Amino acid sequence: MIKISLEVQNLKKLFSRRLIFKELDFSLNQSQSLIIAGKNGSGKSTLIKIIAGVLSHSGGNIRYIKEGKEIDKEKIFNFIGLVSPYLILYDEFTAKENLELFARIRGLKIETDLIDNLLNEIGLYDRRNDLLRTFSSGMKQRMKYASSILHNPLVLLIDEPTSNLDLLGKEFVQNLIQRYRKEKIVIVATNDREDYSFGDSVINLDDYK
Amino acid sequence: MKKIFYIFLKDFSSELRTRYALNALVMFIIVAVSIILFSIGSEKAPENIFAGMFWVVVFFSAMSGLSRTFVSEEERGTTLILSLIAHPTSILLGKFLFNLVLIFFINTVIAVLYYTVFSDFVIRNFEMFVYAFILGNIGIAGSSTIIAAIISKANAKGTLYPVLSFPILLPLILMLIEITKFSVEGISLNEATAEFLVLISYDIIMITASIMVFEIIWRD
Repeated sequence: MIKISLEVQNLKKLFSRRLIFKELDFSLNQSQSLIIAGKNGSGKSTLIKIIAGVLSHSGGNIRYIKEGKEIDKEKIFNFIGLVSPYLILYDEFTAKENLELFARIRGLKIETDLIDNLLNEIGLYDRRNDLLRTFSSGMKQRMKYASSILHNPLVLLIDEPTSNLDLLGKEFVQNLIQRYRKEKIVIVATNDREDYSFGDSVINLDDYK
Repeated sequence: MKKIFYIFLKDFSSELRTRYALNALVMFIIVAVSIILFSIGSEKAPENIFAGMFWVVVFFSAMSGLSRTFVSEEERGTTLILSLIAHPTSILLGKFLFNLVLIFFINTVIAVLYYTVFSDFVIRNFEMFVYAFILGNIGIAGSSTIIAAIISKANAKGTLYPVLSFPILLPLILMLIEITKFSVEGISLNEATAEFLVLISYDIIMITASIMVFEIIWRD
């Protein structure tokens, strides 16, 4: 098992002068999972984006440590998988082309079996050659999961894990999170109390204003 | 390098399927050259005017097409997935490569069309024109790419692009007009050394500065 830890210290985010959250502290190691809760507009998605390294923070510090060495901020994307409602894939490409494209840009070796198995796992193998623009919102949500686990990330970030998914889709997400929780860091941002079972601990952002 | 190439390939395949920039650019070139042709009519215009007008068409073509690489990602909401799969420098250089290919293609179309339509546009030092054409395209692609990245985050994208581009591209365009004028007059390459050094410096500065500032622009 690869040792990975995430340390968040005194984190603060402002949009212009509006405070989103402040004095946020937590740390997670592999095999630990966290639920980020809070009412609408509390900054759950903002925090997920900051942890993913795609949005800057206004104060404090975030560090990823892998096998005792701090990961360079510019390389964080190699270790992170993100699923969220605001993650949009390329509509003009097919499901398979999207995944192949992501694998190539990430510098992964393209193994047809890997992508076919992934498409099979998310239940979209039969639609692999269809353009994403023809997919329903639930199918697109499944594709987001495929794109986020393609590179076997050490940290899985999920914002609203079961939105747009049917029963089979929800079952897939539950199994995926259970699998990742055993060896990796999983962070789930949600308002749904049913999803709290995905985490070992809960942070409510309403308490950090 | 491979990652940069695959980002370029993504944009290239995407452009072939959506024709996001290409159709608008080709239409713009046809309209712009036609307007110049009709406005000159049967008048005999000085050769210098043709050199200037050539780069005016190139400048406005670049304004109407090169911002699409970043603006289309922002408008479609695909910026996030790109941030999650690639290093910012790879993204910038992939987009730069795409804009470079696009500007070479459209400027070649403009040059061929211009040469065919305007019989008075005679280049006497073709070698000089080719060097200026290559260095000019690199400069235009370099500066347009970073400006596109900046304006893609703004609300008034359409108006902001030419406003920001004008002062940044002005020294480049002035130098290109000057060198094209020299090539039309048949002046030797040695006499335009200073102008070429300015072009090379511009290209190096723009690309280096773009790489240095891009990550800050991209993250917020």
